[in-house]
Amino acid sequence: MMTKLIAATSTFDGPAIQWFKISPVLALLGGALLLILVGSLTPKWKRGWYATASVVTAITAAILTGVLWNQMSDDKPSTLVGGAISFDHFALFATFTICVAVALVSLVANDYLTREGEDGPEVYGLMLTAAIGGVVMVSANDLLVLFLGLETLSLSFYLLTASGRSRAQSGEAGLKYFILGGFASAFFLYGVALLFGASGTTNLQSMATVLSTEVNISTNSGLLLAGIALLLVGFAFKVSLVPFHVWTPDVYQGAPTPITALMGSVGKVAAFSALIRVFMIALPSRIDDWRPAILVLALLTLVVGSVLAVVQTDVKRMLAYSSISHAGFILIGLEAASHIGHADAHLGISSAMGYLFIYSVLVIGTFAVVSVVAGTGDAATMLDAFKGLGKKRPVLALGMTVLLLAQAGVPLTSGFVAKFGIIRAAVSVESYALAVAAMLAAVIAAFLYLRIMVSMWLSDPADEAPVSISRSAGLAITLAVAATLLIGILPNLLLEISKTISF
Amino acid sequence: MFASIEKAGEATASFPILTMLVLMPLLGAILVSLLSKKHGEWVKLAALVSSIATGAMSVWMLVKFPTGAAGFEFVSKHSWISEWGISWHLGVDGISLFMVVLTGVLFPLVIVGIDPHHDHKSYLAWMLLLEAGVMGSFLSLDLFLFFVFFEIVLVPMYFLIGGWGYEKRVYAATKFFLYTMAGSAFMLVGIVATAFLARRDTGVLTFDLVEIAQKANFAAGTGRWLFAAFMVAFAVKVPLFPLHTWLPDAHTQAPTGGSVILAGVLLKMGTYGMLRFGVYLFPQAAIWAKPVLLTLAVIGILYGAIAATMQKDLKRLVAYSSVAHLGFIVLGTFALTTQAITGGVMQMVNHGVSTGALFLLVGMIYERRHTRQISELGGIQSVAPIFAGFFMIVMLSSIGLPGLNGFVGEFLVLIGSFPTARWWVVVATVGVILAALYLLWAYQRVFHGEPNDDNKSFPEITLREGLLLSVFVAAIVFAGVYPKPMLDRIQPSVKALIEHVEASK
Repeated sequence: MMTKLIAATSTFDGPAIQWFKISPVLALLGGALLLILVGSLTPKWKRGWYATASVVTAITAAILTGVLWNQMSDDKPSTLVGGAISFDHFALFATFTICVAVALVSLVANDYLTREGEDGPEVYGLMLTAAIGGVVMVSANDLLVLFLGLETLSLSFYLLTASGRSRAQSGEAGLKYFILGGFASAFFLYGVALLFGASGTTNLQSMATVLSTEVNISTNSGLLLAGIALLLVGFAFKVSLVPFHVWTPDVYQGAPTPITALMGSVGKVAAFSALIRVFMIALPSRIDDWRPAILVLALLTLVVGSVLAVVQTDVKRMLAYSSISHAGFILIGLEAASHIGHADAHLGISSAMGYLFIYSVLVIGTFAVVSVVAGTGDAATMLDAFKGLGKKRPVLALGMTVLLLAQAGVPLTSGFVAKFGIIRAAVSVESYALAVAAMLAAVIAAFLYLRIMVSMWLSDPADEAPVSISRSAGLAITLAVAATLLIGILPNLLLEISKTISF
Repeated sequence: MFASIEKAGEATASFPILTMLVLMPLLGAILVSLLSKKHGEWVKLAALVSSIATGAMSVWMLVKFPTGAAGFEFVSKHSWISEWGISWHLGVDGISLFMVVLTGVLFPLVIVGIDPHHDHKSYLAWMLLLEAGVMGSFLSLDLFLFFVFFEIVLVPMYFLIGGWGYEKRVYAATKFFLYTMAGSAFMLVGIVATAFLARRDTGVLTFDLVEIAQKANFAAGTGRWLFAAFMVAFAVKVPLFPLHTWLPDAHTQAPTGGSVILAGVLLKMGTYGMLRFGVYLFPQAAIWAKPVLLTLAVIGILYGAIAATMQKDLKRLVAYSSVAHLGFIVLGTFALTTQAITGGVMQMVNHGVSTGALFLLVGMIYERRHTRQISELGGIQSVAPIFAGFFMIVMLSSIGLPGLNGFVGEFLVLIGSFPTARWWVVVATVGVILAALYLLWAYQRVFHGEPNDDNKSFPEITLREGLLLSVFVAAIVFAGVYPKPMLDRIQPSVKALIEHVEASK
């Protein structure tokens, strides 16, 4: 017996690993290790070098993703590391989005950390770690691998949220996020366990096969449905769908502003991509059960997010609620995709992914402006702080206006392309009422962006406090605004890429 | 069916004039925003040159426009968002021709004639951006492209009202933005649905207006839903009762230049859209919805007139008169006869000229007296007779006095609608009488009587104001006395449209 075991161990073959195909994760890992290990052992680097290392890492990973994307046109989608990781356009697109987001946020974080006198390698290292978690989530082909990614991402986020050492709010938000996030992870994990109980596997493809061929599935039905429900709750928490959104405004407000931007971009991309993949790949045989839930969540999220956004007085809270409303839009993409068998159902996935990319850039740009305006101590985030920005800093105010108009979905900005894509997907599967509801929610949300614009342009400055923009924050805002306009005017640039997204 | 459309582009010039009509003001806006605030004269010059060049091009296009042509001319078509079947497709026909010319001429007049109170640079940049948007709306022959322009117009108008308006400007601007955007929400879904549902008949997914209108054949029920989705957006824009409540606020609070543009061309985007996208795309649904729309139009005529009578604020009075006048245009549109629609199109231009001029005059009164309250004015005729004379002519044109432009359009609408919408016409005619009532009464209160101490020093019209108003008055008289050149160019396209509607029955 013993000898047998030993024999088995000694001949244990790990799965073949195609190292180049997981190179984006490796690049991020290398950068994270460099920052955390080398960075903490060496004397303090010169100003801006931590951020530079982070940006270079993220861009390297993005470029590697691009190279892999080009190779994909020859290769068929496949799985890596013994079926644990999927390698397809969907994963690569999400990975690319995450890398771009991390690079942009690093620029904003540099501005913030220098201003607060807290420059150091930890925040950047944790951001890259969060990105690793995100990349694992978007490409996980196994629920347990997905959970590993989710925890890597979440733990990094908890720490990052609490990293604003000079503000008590930040620690409070971190603790709140940690406790509620722990609950959500428990829900998620319990869902995974129940699904394993119902299907006997955690691999997404195998699960789909088992569930579709199981003849007497009815015996497992209760287990399966409970599993799906718990899984959905876990995801709903992570992407902050109503009614699992209550943590969002507090955490968004309490976290250092660049971290808020990171949660709004990387966090959303990772969790949404994973949600779409799990439900579309592992659970297509149960679509009739989960589609109504998605529909209700989408409507609630759109309406509650938009309405509550309007009544806020703190810009970070406003944008937190607006991010909730945007999540409703993305969910409509999943709803459209779930009409399997309909000729145009695939539009749902590509439009949701396009939305995630566009929204990531928008949200980082917007929070970058908020961070700049908030000033020392991340203090001035009330709407009044934006009063008269058009007089104090006309170019910054103009950039913010473009970003806000894009969030409102005004044509010739990327936000319109995103919304149009979703509406197109919904209409193509004949969900007309849902499309109209989404557009009307967008009108309610538009009021919020108008409020900020009114403060910037049509009110006199509340004080004479100057607003200073560092080079790195300026660069991040410029890039975000340029991308917003470029994609808005020439949507083909993005659409030609996003249309090929598939599993 | 609608064969003339196929010959579109006969007059296609090698010079892409329609594209230039959209791009010229846009370039002007970019140039103005790049120039430094310190060089005020340069900013003004750039705005003037680009708006006058646009105006000149629109007039040149009018001259070159072949009389009797029914299809789209000067067509320019380029691929834009090929992934979605969307192209940069511009064209002009008799229905849009005069709206384009009105836009081209009205903007330079407003830019030359009316100075904003502060921050010229931003004001001019927004104005020019607005012009580009309005031009694009009237020229687009692609549903998506039209939506883009239709929606983009909101942004500059929002800032013009909010930034340069009067006391309650932010409230009015926000209301304007949200109302219109809510209407557009329905239209966007309608546009996408139209393209997808038309795919069965067109073969490929396309947003091309002409393509869809010619090939698509919607089931009756489907067509009605789509038609309704478009109509909500246009009804808000026109505005049609009961979606009109944003208009009095927006008009009253907007700066004079904004009011002139709003009344002159922006509202017409609604009535124009009804013709171009409502009736043309969904003729059967238009016939079906006729009674409802006619009724709303007539309610608008009476309601607007009665509300105008009761206003204490002169600018609000003119705003409500717009509701009534636009009601006439909608009446003509959905009477669905060549004569009525021709009258409606003519009336779109007339209302733009007359009401634009009325807002201009009200703005001049405000500049002099810093009040719009009718009760505080009075006796102005005795101190400023020339000013009163201008006001009189414009007002009479708005009432529809024979010999002036308003009469021609209104008369054509009424006579053309009579065969198909008799009882609605009977009621609408009451509105004509009411128009005389509220405008004459307002004139009497503002201009007649003895001037009080404040009004005694009411300055007479300046040379610049006089020249500006003379352009309007010349257009009013010319179109009133000799409307034939206009009608000759409008009618063929309207006739083709009516044939298209008849063929769909």
